[in-house]
Amino acid sequence: MQERVVALRTAAGRGTGGSSSPAIELVEVGLTHPNGHRAITRISLRLDRGERVAIIGPSGAGKTSLLRLIATSLRPSEGRVSVLATNPWQLAPGALRRLRARVGLIHQSPPIPPRQRAITAVLAGRLGTWPWWRSALSLLYPADIGGARDVLAQLDLADRLFERCDRLSGGQLQRVGVARVLYQAPDIILADEPVSAMDPALADLTIQQLHRDAQARDVTLCASLHAVDLALRWFPRIVGVKAGEVAFDLPAERVNDALLRDLYASETAMPPTQDNRPLATPQISGTVGRPLCS
Amino acid sequence: MNSVLAPERDPHALSRAGWTLAAVVALWPLLVLSGFNPALLVDPQNLKAMGTFLTTFLPPETAPEFLGLLLTATLETLAMATAGIALALLIAVPMTFVLTQSLSISRIGPGPGRWRGESIRGVARLILLVLRGIPEIVWALVFVRALGLGATAGVLALAITYGGMLGKVYAEILESSDTRGARALLEAGSSRSMALVYGLLPNAIQELVSYTVYRWECAVRASVVMGFVGAGGLGQLMDQSMKMLNGSESATILFMFLLLVLIADWISAVLRKLLQ
Repeated sequence: MQERVVALRTAAGRGTGGSSSPAIELVEVGLTHPNGHRAITRISLRLDRGERVAIIGPSGAGKTSLLRLIATSLRPSEGRVSVLATNPWQLAPGALRRLRARVGLIHQSPPIPPRQRAITAVLAGRLGTWPWWRSALSLLYPADIGGARDVLAQLDLADRLFERCDRLSGGQLQRVGVARVLYQAPDIILADEPVSAMDPALADLTIQQLHRDAQARDVTLCASLHAVDLALRWFPRIVGVKAGEVAFDLPAERVNDALLRDLYASETAMPPTQDNRPLATPQISGTVGRPLCS
Repeated sequence: MNSVLAPERDPHALSRAGWTLAAVVALWPLLVLSGFNPALLVDPQNLKAMGTFLTTFLPPETAPEFLGLLLTATLETLAMATAGIALALLIAVPMTFVLTQSLSISRIGPGPGRWRGESIRGVARLILLVLRGIPEIVWALVFVRALGLGATAGVLALAITYGGMLGKVYAEILESSDTRGARALLEAGSSRSMALVYGLLPNAIQELVSYTVYRWECAVRASVVMGFVGAGGLGQLMDQSMKMLNGSESATILFMFLLLVLIADWISAVLRKLLQ
């Protein structure tokens, strides 16, 4: 088992082949939370600029911790994290802030005050780059109505621009959270189960818009996804995480049902999909109809 | 696999019961120590004395001359309380900004400058403690001695103690509101002040406003008490009436107190509704 995983990892596609410095690099990273919980055992990972990667794995595997390590919101207990070719934890406060403004994290439950209007929540994406007076004046009159409307329109939410966030449904609120990061226009887009509260059609639209934005600006996109079929359909590279370690790191077309069965062995009989439809992607045809766990 | 079965019984029940018991055990001697004796309240002789005292309050004084005095004194008290709160805000708001931990950028990680941040917060906490630790009546006595009789002493005394209280409680209100929004903004490179206004205030503004109005109400009462030591306003008037054993005047003044508290209540309700 161990050797196989190692063999698969060395065979994994590495995007542009490590020509320039990577957008994200984790070297032997471990993370223990203050309460003693070991979230990340040991992970080494490298994402190049413009790469689009999905992270999958059972709940509690460490997907969120991994994303937060990259977002410089958690500091690794061991190993080294490098973001946009710098070690964030060696930076001075000002430089760290500027680095953080270049990394955008879409949270699973959008951290948006319920009383805030959608437009304010979206414009808050640029607080890291706007001068303070622009941010302050924007509270009196929105500084960039057009910009906010554009990103919300991409997510089919333009009509809710001036709506208060507590009047939005869970899926709409999640799209406001996505819109904020799109408006931030960061050099690394991180997404922590960004479509968990959306129906399949909207989930597809949202993932599609994230890809379009990442592709258009040639930036890195790294999303953790609960639905395996969504990950396989949209992302060229899949990283399977289990118990704080990388179980596999492969191009999507080489992810097979045996790997998925191993990955989700502790959780369910079948890898989770959108609406719990059976996994029926071309990549693993031949397995359809056969129980994944017998 | 590595999942451990949860125990059948609530593992925290024993410690909860223990803490409850400890709280009761700690409270009892305090009650004894304070010399609180409810039997005194229903003692017939005491009841009679109280009755005679209260009958002097009726009827309340309504002479236009006195009402004029009352109005002036009320305005003075209101002005004193409002000016005191306004000055207190000048102390409290910057202190809150320094003190609120969820606005700390260096706590994320923790990152650079953490110890500097912690020590600045420690000093700020100490300053607020000194400001509010000394009762406003003591500050008022000090200022009356230094600046002479009048409202200035009362306003300064209010500003200092209430600055200390507001700063502490504002920070606690912000801390106990949903801080994830502010944290997310800080993690996206936002500054402290913008994380405050975009991330924290929308969640906490109602609580902050209603606490401030409540404190204004307290300031009205406190300024009355300070009037007794010569800081002007309703308190000074009350002091004179009491010294002359004029119950009717005292009753009218008390009605004015109730009216002011009622108004504060109403303002608070209206503001809360507006901010919903």
